[in-house]
Amino acid sequence: MSSRDSILAAVARNQPERIPLPEIPAFFTEEADVLEKFTTVAVSIGSRVFRVQSLEEVKQVLLEEHSGARRIVSAFPEFAAVAETTIAPGIDPHTLADLDLAVLPAQLGVAENGALWVTDAQLPLRVLPFICQHLALVVPQKNIVPLMQQAYEVIGAQEYGFGTFVAGPSKTADIEQSLVLGAHGARTLSVFLLE
Amino acid sequence: MKETKDHAALAEVFNADEPRVNWHDETLWFIRQKRDKAAHTVADWELLRETASQIKHNVLSNLHDYLLQFEANAKANGIIVHWAADAAEHNRIVHAILQKHKVDRMVKSKSMLTEECHLNEYLEENGIEVIDSDLGERIVQMAKEPPSHIVLPCIHKKKEEIGDLFHEHLGTPAGMADPQVLTEAARQHLRETFLTRRAALTGVNFAVAETGEFVICTNEGNADMGAHLADVHIACMGIEKIIPKREHLGVFLRLLARSATGQPITTYSSHFKKPREGHELHLVLVDNGRSIQLGREDFRNSLKCIRCGACMNTCPVYRRSGGHSYHTAVAGPIGAILAPNLDMKKNADLPFASTLCGSCSNVCPVKIDIHDQLYKWRQVIVKEGYADTKKTLGMKAMTQAFASPATFQLAGKAGRWFMRNVPFAVNNKLNPWYKQREMPAPPKESFGEWYLKNRKKRDE
Repeated sequence: MSSRDSILAAVARNQPERIPLPEIPAFFTEEADVLEKFTTVAVSIGSRVFRVQSLEEVKQVLLEEHSGARRIVSAFPEFAAVAETTIAPGIDPHTLADLDLAVLPAQLGVAENGALWVTDAQLPLRVLPFICQHLALVVPQKNIVPLMQQAYEVIGAQEYGFGTFVAGPSKTADIEQSLVLGAHGARTLSVFLLE
Repeated sequence: MKETKDHAALAEVFNADEPRVNWHDETLWFIRQKRDKAAHTVADWELLRETASQIKHNVLSNLHDYLLQFEANAKANGIIVHWAADAAEHNRIVHAILQKHKVDRMVKSKSMLTEECHLNEYLEENGIEVIDSDLGERIVQMAKEPPSHIVLPCIHKKKEEIGDLFHEHLGTPAGMADPQVLTEAARQHLRETFLTRRAALTGVNFAVAETGEFVICTNEGNADMGAHLADVHIACMGIEKIIPKREHLGVFLRLLARSATGQPITTYSSHFKKPREGHELHLVLVDNGRSIQLGREDFRNSLKCIRCGACMNTCPVYRRSGGHSYHTAVAGPIGAILAPNLDMKKNADLPFASTLCGSCSNVCPVKIDIHDQLYKWRQVIVKEGYADTKKTLGMKAMTQAFASPATFQLAGKAGRWFMRNVPFAVNNKLNPWYKQREMPAPPKESFGEWYLKNRKKRDE
């Protein structure tokens, strides 16, 4: 018998009588302003949050904040003058090693934890939001939901090869519990809440 | 084979340095407090725990079908699925994949399962270099030690010791112990590793039966850096990591980081559904004793664990004895109920390394009855004859004393007399209760004697 079959047989033999799957209850949602809540939580985990009215405004803020950036990649055609906006999905991801800044759209944000949902629909390459020194994510204000529960309601049966929640800059506290921002991923995360 | 010391003996080594024990204790308690604060921000935290617990009960009762569903969906997504009955088979599978791709250097992110299987040692014996990319794991790897905590692998190390390791291995200036500087040095070192390794191994936090995808949570981004840059990604998971539906991630991701470190969520929660175009994605499903544990009615709930480490951070014994004293991949209360299933004789001491205070069960995000299971393991271990001989003899003597009032009274009298007149007879190294403790002042008389005297007085 293969290991697969023997494991499955042992599991079938030893699992208890069927216990029903619970309905997920409607969890408590604060009445508070979700944008306020998102901003407070995101800032507490090290993100910078900006409320903006246009991509032009995003560009101004980023060029000022990252004036030293030599290589910028963006999924927004509006950034064509300052960034590479046509990264082919087939390129070798290692060629992004010297990337200073990536500017990408996010599908939705979650107020309770400051996380933003991005899939390969937004990413020409999976490594993009991790390998860049600095990351900027732009999300429509109307797409901020209160809890993870609502986030997964929106995601639903969405088809993707890869998707990730990004909550703040890469971080570690492995050395004596001292929080250090910028472990292996992006050193900073700027979140733009677009009106 | 080298004789392994038991928890008490190893804890004694850790306890030799009292200021360090206090520091370790306080550091972990600080994390426990952060967990409390984070839990209190969720108004219906208890409902969330209860829901997670019920989902996990359903998973364990229907694991066979969920595994089949997961396998079918993962395969349809293009993931190559492997099954390993035990640690040895798991290690062979990983090795074979690496051989097929002619890879002799691999980067790895955190996976307690591979610690359980001793994968690093196996691969190194076979000429394959493994670099752990989680900062804490990299540090213990440099120190040639196992992780002492499942979430915080080097929580037992002082920054000065880490500075010395980095000076030796990464060339940082001697005496440099600033966490910011050391982390930056590790970032540079590991970035080079990520960019040059063609194979990456990761763990798995959750695998979704409904979609065939799996989720990896990190704060550092090391799992993603490894997986998205390598030609081959190998993900290894215990069969109990399955959850039924994608929407259930909305329950578990709310609990995991809050329970682990007090963060609202980990920085990255990455969902891997399909391999990168033109690359291989392997997934190894490992049993290694889990199907046996599933059949132990009293202990099967230990398989609900989502590996947050909250039970360790709160445990008064773990905090004061350190992770290495548990001599097993998963330390602390949860490790103490998982390990006897794998090897009851070798781990017979672990369920006794507890005060049974119940704090572990109270913080567990999936409501595992950890302290009840510790108590039940003790009974199984004694019945099976694996208990410490000293303990067995002591218990036998106690049984005799309690069974006969005359012996009981005599023993009490003798004890009080010895403590009063020849204190060195009990206040010495041979008495395990004297270690790290002052013996109490002996009472003049027993309750029995007091009662007799006072009743007489009242009767007079």
